[in-house]
Amino acid sequence: MTTTTAPLLDVTGVTMRFGGLTAVNDVSLTVGEGEIIGLIGPNGAGKTTFFNCLTGLYVPTEGAVRYRGTVLPPKPHLVTQAGIARTFQNIRLFANMTVLENVLVGRHTRTREGIFSAILRLPRYHHAEAESREKAMELLAFTGLAHKADHLARNLPYGEQRKLEIARALASDPGLLLLDEPTAGMNPQETRAAEELVFAIRDQGVSVLVIEHDMRFIFNLCDRTAVLVQGQKIVEGDRATVQNDERVISAYLGAPLESTTPAAPEDTQ
Amino acid sequence: MTTRTETTPVIPLPATAATTLTGLGALAVAASAAMSWTWTSDFPGDLTYYGSPVGLQWLAVAAGVLTLALLLATLGTPGLRWAAPTRSNNAVLYAATGALAVAAYSVTSISTELGGLANLEPGGWVLAGGGLLGVLGALGLPLDRRTHVPLRILDKRLFLLLPAAPVGWIAAHAIPGDKPVAPVMTALSGALAIAAGAVLLLQLGHLANSQLRLGKVDRPLPAPRELPSWVEVLLIVAAFGVGSYAITFGIDTDYGELFIGYLLLIAFMIAALAGSGLLGRLRALTLKYRPVTTGAAFAAAASFPFQTGEQYASVATNILIFATVALGLNIVVGLAGLLDLGYVAFLGVGAYAAALVSGSPASPIHVQLPFWAAVIVGAAVSMVFGVVIGAPTLRLRGDYLAIVTLGFGEIFRITMQNLNGTTGPNVTNGSNGIPRIPELNILGFDFSQTHALGGIQIGRFGNYYLLMLLVTALVVLVFARVGNSRIGRAWIAIREDETAAEAMGINGFRLKLLAFALGACLAGVAGTVQAHVTYTVTPDQYTFADALPPNSAFLLAAVILGGMGTISGPLAGATLLFLIPKKLEFLSDYQLLVFGAALIVLMRVRPEGLIPNRRRQLEFHEADEPAPPAADDDTTALTKAGA
Repeated sequence: MTTTTAPLLDVTGVTMRFGGLTAVNDVSLTVGEGEIIGLIGPNGAGKTTFFNCLTGLYVPTEGAVRYRGTVLPPKPHLVTQAGIARTFQNIRLFANMTVLENVLVGRHTRTREGIFSAILRLPRYHHAEAESREKAMELLAFTGLAHKADHLARNLPYGEQRKLEIARALASDPGLLLLDEPTAGMNPQETRAAEELVFAIRDQGVSVLVIEHDMRFIFNLCDRTAVLVQGQKIVEGDRATVQNDERVISAYLGAPLESTTPAAPEDTQ
Repeated sequence: MTTRTETTPVIPLPATAATTLTGLGALAVAASAAMSWTWTSDFPGDLTYYGSPVGLQWLAVAAGVLTLALLLATLGTPGLRWAAPTRSNNAVLYAATGALAVAAYSVTSISTELGGLANLEPGGWVLAGGGLLGVLGALGLPLDRRTHVPLRILDKRLFLLLPAAPVGWIAAHAIPGDKPVAPVMTALSGALAIAAGAVLLLQLGHLANSQLRLGKVDRPLPAPRELPSWVEVLLIVAAFGVGSYAITFGIDTDYGELFIGYLLLIAFMIAALAGSGLLGRLRALTLKYRPVTTGAAFAAAASFPFQTGEQYASVATNILIFATVALGLNIVVGLAGLLDLGYVAFLGVGAYAAALVSGSPASPIHVQLPFWAAVIVGAAVSMVFGVVIGAPTLRLRGDYLAIVTLGFGEIFRITMQNLNGTTGPNVTNGSNGIPRIPELNILGFDFSQTHALGGIQIGRFGNYYLLMLLVTALVVLVFARVGNSRIGRAWIAIREDETAAEAMGINGFRLKLLAFALGACLAGVAGTVQAHVTYTVTPDQYTFADALPPNSAFLLAAVILGGMGTISGPLAGATLLFLIPKKLEFLSDYQLLVFGAALIVLMRVRPEGLIPNRRRQLEFHEADEPAPPAADDDTTALTKAGA
């Protein structure tokens, strides 16, 4: 484990049990300032459950999640307010709102305008609203969706819906962005565009923790990668460490032999 | 999925013949109004005179003239071209069908109520013939049609009802009337006949649809002529004037036959004006001048008591109360997506609060607050109730919330019944309610007196109508401003996907509670006025379901029927839902049956509501929309099959 910067997110010994089933077992992980960390593992390994523990959707049975040194409250909206934003594995946009409105909803925690302000419409309200819109349009421009600001989210093609989810998450000015399979269902060109986008997000000073099945995407992108198998973190490290780990290979392939997946490097035996 | 369209007539007729037939038909319908339709004055309205149209006959005049005007406009007659920007003949067909509907309804109701076609005078025959001729002619005009509509056949098992209905009828008549099963058989055969009729009608509808292939007119509107802005403003005002007149006419209809004819005419004329593009023009104008539009709408509403008598002002006041509460419910249901089945309780809380502090001799609290203070009390108490009821229930989602709110609505009513001094402390006087609520007197303006405003006498209900209109304006303002703000967006986000909304930093519980409290507060304000309008507040006014509004079921129906999430939707829905049962009273036993059937038909035809939210319209009519750019959909097949 090589952490060059002070940890932004510090997960220690998180365990999540549902009755007798242990979905996540004693997982520790750190994410440093400006890092891109990958999280991989076979289907059902507990990656999304782990994410849900980080974002307050689940309260971990054991262990603690610290963000910038403070323990995160177990409520999704408070986690977002603290500075962790997320996207969802199966896209969860507000389908019947426009693209711009989706991003404006993302601004919710960073704006204060309440119900009386909305009814009275004092100058302060107009100012805050204009600022939100400006910021949202910037984010849409950043993700390349500015020309679709007035479209309904449901009418966007798949790849743009993924981008919009990211723009919406970024609207809350996060310090850490959690991406849950951001390239699922994308073709190779779109995957490359997504890579560029993640780098651009990191360059803006946002750390990224990303779940992905696409090994090429993960290894191109990530400073470190952790592998989750049956709820346990079996290895963490750079590309070579992960690719050469026998437990990873057996977890993915079962038997050490033929495969067409890019995840199976030839030199692992 | 895009549907292809063509412009062809349904009946092949030479162009001039089709035009002439349509024109003649429309003229005949309009002219028939000047003739006697029937020989006896037994039919409501007395249609026996030559030269002086009344009631239904005026509807015929309107239908005929509008059809003719649209025909001439579509032909491009100078001076009338503005009436049909799309130049689509569908508009003419819809108008002609409206004329036929009015004619057919008049003729059938005359002959059924008086017992036979023999009761028709020449005017009636001219009317019927003219209506038919007009539609035949219009079907010969080149219409916007889809190239192909497959014939839908209903489930074959349903057709078994067709032979079953006569068998049931014979069986019901074969049984002697004194047998105990006789009423059961009669009811059963009646239900069978209704079901068989519905099947037959539906299948005929599908058959007609596949033959007529009439599509939605989606011709682009040509660019409007450049007009000075004051002219455009005047056009908006004129349009609202016409609309206000049409609504006033509907409320003022004094017998059921006229109201049904009126509804038929209005429905078809709205379809015709939408097809001609005139409504699209108007919408563009209203979007351009929003403040003017709002002002014109309220001016039109405020003009109502000046146009009509005290009897209808009372109806209109009750409509306003109902509509305002429906709009408040729309915050809860339409924006935040919380299904509240006990909403009428908040109207009750406001009304009871106002009644208790009104100085009524039956109130155990012997104070008489000024009205403004009573409004604040009503709103505050309602809001507190909203929070108290919402705090435990809003942690539930979906169906559970609906059931719990339904329960709380009933708890409110029963509690009010029991706070009577016998089964509980005497606060509300039990089922007798709080009677003799004094009339309002604001700054010396006595609401019980008739006042002359601008030379016109405004009576008690007119006064309350105007006061209620202020409350409506307040609720509209709150809805519009909050709906389009950070809070409103958060509500819509919760409605769309609560989990995602929370992940975006929205405190779901808190915002849902806010929606609940705001909705309750607005209903409470309406309740404070209602208490004074009705003199008496009793628990039975605030039930879940009843034959007459307002009650929770009707409120919800008004929101859904009108259009969730919009302002004008619940207002229109409430107006319709108030008027239909009221005007259908002449159907006596069949009133609720016809009302239910009307609701089913409306929801089948317009599931998104009368005045839909732009978003909801997209949701329900996806197939009619041009396909969204789906470049990526094909390529997803090429995705990586998980490493």
